[in-house]
Amino acid sequence: MYLLVIDWIFLLEKFILVGFIVTLSLIIAMYTTYAERKVAAWLQDRRGPNRAGPFGILQPLADGGKLFFKEEIIPLASSKFLFILGPSLAMITALLTSAVIPWGGTLHIFGKDVSLQIADINIGILYIFGVVSLGVYGIMIGGWASNNKFSLIAAIRGASQMISYELAMGLSLLAVLMLTGTLQMSGIVGNQIQGSNVWHVIYQPIGFFIFFVCALAECNRTPFDLPEAENELNFGYHQEYSSMKLGFYLFAEYINMFISSAVMATLFFGGYDILPFVDETKWGLSGNMLTILGFCALMAKTFFFLFVFIWIRWTIPRFRYDQLMNLGWKKLIPLALANMIITAAVVLWLNK
Amino acid sequence: MIIIKILFGFLTVVAIFSALMMITSKNPVYSVLWLIVTFFSISGHYILLNAQFLAIVNIIVYAGAIMVLFLFVIMLMNLNKETEPQKNRWIKMIGAIAGGCLLLVLVAALKDVGLKKQVAMVNGGDIGLIKNLGKELFSTYVVPFEISSILFLSAMVGAVVIGKKE
Repeated sequence: MYLLVIDWIFLLEKFILVGFIVTLSLIIAMYTTYAERKVAAWLQDRRGPNRAGPFGILQPLADGGKLFFKEEIIPLASSKFLFILGPSLAMITALLTSAVIPWGGTLHIFGKDVSLQIADINIGILYIFGVVSLGVYGIMIGGWASNNKFSLIAAIRGASQMISYELAMGLSLLAVLMLTGTLQMSGIVGNQIQGSNVWHVIYQPIGFFIFFVCALAECNRTPFDLPEAENELNFGYHQEYSSMKLGFYLFAEYINMFISSAVMATLFFGGYDILPFVDETKWGLSGNMLTILGFCALMAKTFFFLFVFIWIRWTIPRFRYDQLMNLGWKKLIPLALANMIITAAVVLWLNK
Repeated sequence: MIIIKILFGFLTVVAIFSALMMITSKNPVYSVLWLIVTFFSISGHYILLNAQFLAIVNIIVYAGAIMVLFLFVIMLMNLNKETEPQKNRWIKMIGAIAGGCLLLVLVAALKDVGLKKQVAMVNGGDIGLIKNLGKELFSTYVVPFEISSILFLSAMVGAVVIGKKE
């Protein structure tokens, strides 16, 4: 099956995998909106959505349908191309990161070993950073193209917040990279599975904490949701948007949440490893069964982090803007630097 | 090999077209966005040469950080084409001549360099992978590497000093 020197079966396999993972992230993002409303209701002693279907389970579909059928309004004074480009970029960059996350081990189907990772590239983590740093453009372009002061202020707030917290995020990850000695995502997971099977969170609790706070800020979630602070900016950078373009912005936030939860589970909580300190291969299960169980374990960890994201949103009030910048530049970056230097010293000391 | 040729042709056309659009578009925000497209196509070229680290660093540093700052400044200053001052025709001509002189000097300098005989290794070679690149940087080229990092540090200190001045 070689035509134009491309292995078409390989291409087909990857396309199926991409389709599966994109669909999965969309469905999970859809139901995270439902979970968010249900958890909020639970925390506030209400019932939450319960009319569409049993337990309101069809509520996300109803919301999506509503957004699709609303009128599309493009403001006259906006730059039209950029106005449409903004939400599309937000959506694309949200989905791009899923390409390097190892979603499981290898499946053995039709006499072929199929890895549950779309691209096991040499620079896995750097790729994630690249995509995260591009996430700024969706907000900035959308906010500027709306030609509205509130949108512009919100866009600039969002962009400066994301740039500031990227630094601490990168520094906290450097400590993990020193432990593993590789940038490959599969290598990082493998490092947590092999040997005594210790997850990185045990070696790097501070690193994980910094990464988690930065992930909250990168996803523009409370307590860092300054770009959409209603009391100051009306509605934030998506004020002029209506219909599905608004939907894309809101949806991209939930996809970002899902993907960053998956990244946290992969980097610090063993990825598709089922239990820490246990060698799963001794359970006597077949390889395919272990892979599927591992995928379920990764999903369970991801859902837990999603729950924590939602929990924080309905518990902690919003920071002020100067507090946000102080926390990012004056507390998290020095903490991450100290964490990195101590890790480096310990690694050097133990290797001698 | 043909697929690489197709990709190379596509990326080259995109790079040149977006660079031209960057120069010719009236609105500075569009210029910045076209420049970002140029950076992406150049990163594509790096990936064809199997220099993955260079490709991703190009995206992180230029497209992800520096261009965001450019966009920041342009958006805050609100440089629309109505407010842009019309430059003198003579200044434009002088600028073109000066740029042409620079191009001439560069071409003359690079004409006799031995680079012409070296053929780029497409889709092979592993010096661009991060492990080999890091080893090379921290052993053979450690002195220039450290000197350039000191240069960056001093630039950072300078920026802080300028920012602090009331």
